[in-house]
Amino acid sequence: MATHGELEVEIVAADHFVWSGAARTVNARTANGQIGILPGHAPILAILEAGELSVEPVNGERLVVGVDGGFFSVDSNRVVIVADNARVGGSVTPESA
Amino acid sequence: MGAQIRVYRQKIASTTSTRKIFKAMELIATSRIGKARTRVAAALPYANAITRAVSAVSSQSEIDHPLTTERGEVRRAAVLVLTSDRGLAGSYSASALKQAEGLFETLRSEGKDVKAYLIGRKAQSYFDFRGRGYEKVWTGNTDAPEFETAREVGAALLSSFLEDYEDGGVEEIHVVYTKFRSMVVQEPSVMRLLPLEVVDEQVTQEGDLLPLYEYEPEPEQVLDALLPRYIESRIFAAMLQAAASELAARQRAMKSAGDNATELIKKYTRLRNTARQAEITQELSEIVAGADALNAS
Repeated sequence: MATHGELEVEIVAADHFVWSGAARTVNARTANGQIGILPGHAPILAILEAGELSVEPVNGERLVVGVDGGFFSVDSNRVVIVADNARVGGSVTPESA
Repeated sequence: MGAQIRVYRQKIASTTSTRKIFKAMELIATSRIGKARTRVAAALPYANAITRAVSAVSSQSEIDHPLTTERGEVRRAAVLVLTSDRGLAGSYSASALKQAEGLFETLRSEGKDVKAYLIGRKAQSYFDFRGRGYEKVWTGNTDAPEFETAREVGAALLSSFLEDYEDGGVEEIHVVYTKFRSMVVQEPSVMRLLPLEVVDEQVTQEGDLLPLYEYEPEPEQVLDALLPRYIESRIFAAMLQAAASELAARQRAMKSAGDNATELIKKYTRLRNTARQAEITQELSEIVAGADALNAS
């Protein structure tokens, strides 16, 4: 469990594990628009739109992950991002998907 | 006599060369099996996350979703059968097909029509040879399945499921695949894909209650988006398990074939030596007999 005030983020793609670690915020785009997740967010289950999502890790640089659809869930500071295809540091274009 | 030795020599030579093939196949299967198992493990986080989410949505919100509700009367069922593309894997494909035949039998006895969807050339030739029809077949990479294929299979099955019975749609979908238990145990098994029975092993094992999620957008739409992914992930997991099983079965079959070849070579070498020795003995006794005959005269 992450210490208080941190998010425990896990990003998985269909056939591989992408990234996991502690983060301060997660920004993602859902069907209804942009959503920012800070520690202490209410449990939510939302559908991701194709595009980029960014994660601000506790240590290190901002991480941009390109996804082409999927969903994410948040409960008790644990963020699980499940993408069909995900790539760190860029966008997933249809042909590389 | 000389002819017999030559026959044994030929047999030894041909068995030695086939043994080389068996050994090579065994080594290839052994090296790929590790990778296949890693892929099974790599797909696990996704499958777990999606299973958790689907069980959360379907257990909390009382939604009547077409994918989760049982249809009253099932008149037609689809069966997806996973076999290998290539042979030389012992009874791997045969036992999967046998399992499928059993399922067909059960479904027919319940008065259901069966539509077959196949993966792997072995299943295709099995059906072709018996002149039985099948809906669709995917071949080409059963020992290293790609997610794209799983997506195609999922889409095909789902569209057939969403069709009406009158238009040729199915009301149930089963998958026959070979479960990878360990390097020595792989068992053919059947799972019902649709209507969904959400497997919530993972959740109950953790022992914690699912949180009350908010949904964005509405629960119905979330379920709409989740379920096809869940099905794809189940199919992909089955494909990966089947691939690992195929490689394990091939490795074992090739190992025993290689061992048998070694046995045969040993046996033929013995026979060849006996034949050679018999020839020498005969020649000697002929010479001795000839000398005796000369001396006697």
